[in-house]
Amino acid sequence: MAGVLVLLSIALITIYFRESSGGGLHQVQSAGATVLRPFEIAADRVSRPFRDAYGYFAGLVHAKSQNNRLRHEVEQLRQRETLNLSAASENSDLRKKLHFINSPSFPRGYGYVTAPIIAQPQAAYQQQVTIGAGSSSGIRQFDPVVTGEGLVGTVVRVAHNVSLVSLLTDDTTSVSATDVKTGAQGVVKAGASFDHVGKDQQVEQGDLLVTAGWKSAGLSSIYPRGIPIGQVTSVGQNEVDLYKHVQLQPFVNFKTLSSLVVLFPPKNR
Amino acid sequence: MIADIAKGAGVLFVAAILQVTLLSQIDVFYGAPDLVLVTLVAVALLRGTIFGAAAGFGAGLVVDTATLQTLGVTSLLLTISGYWIGRYGETTGRDRTHAPFLSVAVVTLLYSFGALVLHYMLGDPASASRVLLDAFPFELIFNLILTLPVYALCRRLFRPPPSGLEEVQLLG
Repeated sequence: MAGVLVLLSIALITIYFRESSGGGLHQVQSAGATVLRPFEIAADRVSRPFRDAYGYFAGLVHAKSQNNRLRHEVEQLRQRETLNLSAASENSDLRKKLHFINSPSFPRGYGYVTAPIIAQPQAAYQQQVTIGAGSSSGIRQFDPVVTGEGLVGTVVRVAHNVSLVSLLTDDTTSVSATDVKTGAQGVVKAGASFDHVGKDQQVEQGDLLVTAGWKSAGLSSIYPRGIPIGQVTSVGQNEVDLYKHVQLQPFVNFKTLSSLVVLFPPKNR
Repeated sequence: MIADIAKGAGVLFVAAILQVTLLSQIDVFYGAPDLVLVTLVAVALLRGTIFGAAAGFGAGLVVDTATLQTLGVTSLLLTISGYWIGRYGETTGRDRTHAPFLSVAVVTLLYSFGALVLHYMLGDPASASRVLLDAFPFELIFNLILTLPVYALCRRLFRPPPSGLEEVQLLG
């Protein structure tokens, strides 16, 4: 009996692994996930007040120091906002004069669906979450996923009412990015490093990184341009390597995610 | 027997739903409690190999379906875990006080190692140091904390089967 179940499990893995995302087992799993969804949402709702209470008291512990830091940050941001408004106005005027045609950028031109997280990663090395919206809401594979803080990841698997989102911190996630201040181009890998940045490019600690949103020869990045990714925490280089060593801290706190926004071009719907 | 199957399915289904929605959010150095594994250990200890393997297979399917992960991976690991613990329960472990704790400790280690190997074979990015050095100690502690209440609950649900040795009182 146990031997049969082990063989059945191995058969399931083999078939699931080899078939396409529209295959029979994927369809069965999609239907099963739809059946389980109400139970997951119910469990989430029942536990929400307890988690909120825990979050409230946990937040109080760091409230004072955080308050001072945030006040300082608000002052800096106010000053920066004034400069940005003037730069944006100037930019808009110059674009009109040059008849500049812009590429798609976030959030303009993109539709979105907000969905709750209904299942968390089950192992330390899994950086994927399940959200409670799927193809029935217009979500497609490789749609970018964000929160108000910045880029979260990509949709990697879609069922009828649920989807699997691979987080920015997943080892397989790579995002072409650009340094807002210096324009340096590179690839953010696993949400931790800004790779392929040439030694001739300028990157400094504290610089902000956003998605590059490239388009080339009919191909384009799955991420629209301008989604905040993170802040550079350290920059280094040595004589042997071709590229700089740049580390970053993502803007999104992946431990406190509760709902996500899936972006898609209007034609997806 | 049918009542046992219904109770086993119910308790493991609830454990699986709680696991994927709530307990996985607990993250102390990548370690999180595994309620499904602890519940399976308790059920398998009390009901033996066949029950343990079947319960593990079913619970694994629920977890893989709810999380949209590769179907069969968790089933395979939990089927083997359920069988081994069931075997231990049938032979020597069931009546020993330390059996649930020992079983949970050993299965947590073997499950982590097995999951790591399986994901590695499937080509998933899996960091051995993160799983075995960072996450494992905290996962073990969490699981051992869960063992007492979960085993007590399962013991109430699944009364131990008669051992065949009944007390005989001689008259005269």
